[in-house]
Amino acid sequence: MTNTNHTDSVFRARGVTRVFGEGKLAVQALRGVDVDLFPGELVVLLGASGSGKSTLLNILGGLDTATDGEVHYRDLDLSRAGERQLTEYRRHHVGFVFQFYNLIASLTAAENVLVATELVDNPMPVAEALGLVGLGQRGHSFPGQLSGGEQQRVAIARAIAKRPAVLLCDEPTGALDSHTGIKVLEALAQVNQQLGTATVIITHNASIADMADRVITLSDGRVSEVRENASRADPASLSW
Amino acid sequence: MLAPLDRKLFRDIWHTRGQVLAIALVIAGGVAVCIMSLVNYRTLDHTRVTYYEEHQFADVFVELVRAPERLLAQVQAIDGVALAQSRIQAPLKLRLADYAEPVKGRVSSVPATGRARLDTLYMRQGRLPDPRRDDEVVVVGSFAEAHELALGDSLAAIINGRWQQLRIVGVAESPESIYVIPPGSMLPDYSRYAVLWMAREPLAAALDMQGAFNSVHLSLKPGASEPGVIDALDRLLRDYGTTGAYGRAHHFSDRFLSDELKQLRTMAILFPAIFMTVAMFLINVVVGRMVSTQRDIIAVLKAFGYSNTQVGMHFGKLVTLIVLLGLVIGVALGLWLGQLMAIMYMDYFRFPVLRFVVPYDLAAVVLVIALLVSWAGAWRAVSAAVRLPPAEAMRPETPPEYRETWLERLALRGRLRQPSRMILRQLERRPLRSFLSVLGIALATAIVVLGTFQFDSVALMVHSQFERVQQADMTVTLEQDRHRSVVNEVARLPGVRYVEANRMLPARLRAGHRQWRTAITGLPEDSRLLRRVDTTLAPLPVTGEGLLLTEYLASELGVAPGDTLTVEWLDGSGDIARVQVSGTSREFLGVGAYMTLPALNRLRGDGERVNQLQLNVAPDQRLAVVRTLEERPLVAGVSERRTMLDAFYDTLGRTFLTFTFVNALLGGVIAFGVIYNTVRISLAERGRELASLRVLGYRPAEVDHILLGELALLMIMGIPLGWLIGKYLSLLLITLMQTELYRVPLLFTERTLGLSATVVVCSALLSALVAVLRVARLDLVQVLKTRE
Repeated sequence: MTNTNHTDSVFRARGVTRVFGEGKLAVQALRGVDVDLFPGELVVLLGASGSGKSTLLNILGGLDTATDGEVHYRDLDLSRAGERQLTEYRRHHVGFVFQFYNLIASLTAAENVLVATELVDNPMPVAEALGLVGLGQRGHSFPGQLSGGEQQRVAIARAIAKRPAVLLCDEPTGALDSHTGIKVLEALAQVNQQLGTATVIITHNASIADMADRVITLSDGRVSEVRENASRADPASLSW
Repeated sequence: MLAPLDRKLFRDIWHTRGQVLAIALVIAGGVAVCIMSLVNYRTLDHTRVTYYEEHQFADVFVELVRAPERLLAQVQAIDGVALAQSRIQAPLKLRLADYAEPVKGRVSSVPATGRARLDTLYMRQGRLPDPRRDDEVVVVGSFAEAHELALGDSLAAIINGRWQQLRIVGVAESPESIYVIPPGSMLPDYSRYAVLWMAREPLAAALDMQGAFNSVHLSLKPGASEPGVIDALDRLLRDYGTTGAYGRAHHFSDRFLSDELKQLRTMAILFPAIFMTVAMFLINVVVGRMVSTQRDIIAVLKAFGYSNTQVGMHFGKLVTLIVLLGLVIGVALGLWLGQLMAIMYMDYFRFPVLRFVVPYDLAAVVLVIALLVSWAGAWRAVSAAVRLPPAEAMRPETPPEYRETWLERLALRGRLRQPSRMILRQLERRPLRSFLSVLGIALATAIVVLGTFQFDSVALMVHSQFERVQQADMTVTLEQDRHRSVVNEVARLPGVRYVEANRMLPARLRAGHRQWRTAITGLPEDSRLLRRVDTTLAPLPVTGEGLLLTEYLASELGVAPGDTLTVEWLDGSGDIARVQVSGTSREFLGVGAYMTLPALNRLRGDGERVNQLQLNVAPDQRLAVVRTLEERPLVAGVSERRTMLDAFYDTLGRTFLTFTFVNALLGGVIAFGVIYNTVRISLAERGRELASLRVLGYRPAEVDHILLGELALLMIMGIPLGWLIGKYLSLLLITLMQTELYRVPLLFTERTLGLSATVVVCSALLSALVAVLRVARLDLVQVLKTRE
């Protein structure tokens, strides 16, 4: 599924820069990045540590704002949105998955999903969300009773249960071994295919790139390469 | 050059300065109460001891009708007497130019300059009276101040029935008049009662006492037996109309001063003990939690090769610095408050010079205790952290096992939103920690209760004394016993609405070797104006032939209803009677012995006599009634309920309640410290979860709900528990503080409960505000990208 030609982009970022700190101590994390994300596409954002990929993801997800440049989510100008608008934006449109799951330990898997679905009007039933990531039977388990891979899949279920337009994943397999990591990637691929959620996966692991529609490589705060895969590889075929 | 760890230490302190300061405040509050109480008590105690020493306060006192001067040699010869001095004393009435109220007083003779060796005067101004002048007097400082009297001012006085114009040549204090209490009263009165001194010769002339005396005071040799000397004196002076010798313990001024100091000492031990216990407990918890939040840093340090001891030392230093900060604030605050308090008491006790005592020893003990307790708290947390292998401690913490709470299983299943569930499970998941938090809030509440309950208790005490017991507008004391028909005579005076008569006879009550100087009050059987009520405000019937004793007096004498007491009448007659104790009463104020008037008269065996009248008067004719009565020769004095009430509030308001109020304030400081830390630590522990929720799109207010909901729940459990603990602590306090003068009742009103809750809730709101600001500023990316 290739959507490169789709003109109605989900994200449109132009000339995005992000500077941390001031004066001599200023660090330029992004130096003018142009990126588009189209509905239903799965993009892998590759890059070495410090290349600026997480910064870009945070800006797209409304966790951070660009120092300069324009970022549009559909009609919403994220670069000019205030804290309140960003909260509403995250609440209704974005799903996040982090390297360290960030589940709430005192809630069961199902309740962790509920935490998200309570926020929106038309969420996915919890059982369905957990079923999508292959954890239909584990809803009553607390995070402490789940393996790392299972916890990460709960995190994915939680992220998608709101039916967000975009799913942003920051090193979702970073804390997992390859076997478990692949299960997580399968869950992401499945969600993307079944729901058509535009998905961005950040990784420094180049082998994951094969499962994407498009691979954007960042280095030193700039987009150094954009590559389209002719076909998406099945995550099960990946290895590292 | 600081070691890197020490630099980390200072940066940690700076970074967490809010929390550090809050912990320091908890310590400071506890320490300040300790130091304040002890500075105050020890200063007053030391001042008293020094004053007594320097001004030769006598050990034994005796008043009599008249004895020839040569008898003094025999007094001096009693075994155990170091120095005996005779004097002349007389009651007087004064008339002041701009003061409508009647003024009574007492004038005593002073030996010529340099010859006084006991109870010497401390001259504030002027000089001693000239023995050759019959109009020179020295007045006591309290009275001079109350009426702004200056040297050279004149006073019109009636001494021995004769008008005399007196001139003030000096203003003085005496160890006998630290408290100036009119006879028959329980409380000091500085405006309506004067103490004067005159040279002996002119006073003797005015009283026809040349070559004689009517009062002796003496000092004892070291190791002498006071009861032995008192018995010898009573035997020697029996034929001279003695009212019985007594020691310092029964001297009006010293008795009340000792009572006050005893109460101060109890407060000075109890308040600090409670405050420090609470503060120390809280520090242990708070410091422990603070160290726990550094679990990963401890792991890293260990991975580098730091030993457990080194890691422990590092946190030990952190804690030590916090404790020292708290101590410095606490000691400074305590010294300052203690001095202020002592100066305030000084105004009331009439000491000439205040001698400050700084309790360095205690400060050192407090320092050591505070350090040990804090180290223990830190060590508990550090040792828990170092028990883990470093690798494990550095890995993301395994999520703890949670389960559904019983509350959810019972009733709320399906009805709770997720944030509420998080709150409940967090509390139930760590029951010990939750319990400690609740206990912390409870103890904070309890110390505020302890500091404030007495306002209402004292109000109840006053209400019962002046609204229920003493219903008469004024009490008229007669010079001598009169036939009870005097009632009819007084009832005819214009403005008098109702009169009742009673009789008060000074007596020494003896039971075995125990004895007590007091007065037996004979009450009309159906008295409307002098009712006895117990501590439940129920009327106490005084009937039959027996004697009703206040519980305090009964226990001092070691007697119970049914026992028989020996009564020695202290009217100079030397007569003795035996009477059965018919019951005991629990009263708030004073110590007393009561019987029916007919029974008392039968016991005394001298007919239907009375010597006190209780009056209800028309309010607009109050002063006219007082003036008319004052002019009657047989009236010794008139005391009004209104002025008693004023005196009572003046006394209590300035000492007891101020002390209590300051304690309540410091309790509030502790409460704030505890709650602020509870919130901050909770925020530190939950930061990650809260950030996750913010990323999911929860609004700041929705996230606050979790943090503050938990706090609210802790408060809902903690405050009532605090009321309960406060109640028991208060009970302990008032039990230990019972004195002869008053027994504070235990009373909890909505006001006490509300006030303590308000202090705690305000602390919580302030802390919550900080938390809300923090949540608003949570760096979502930072929190989520990094491991815990």
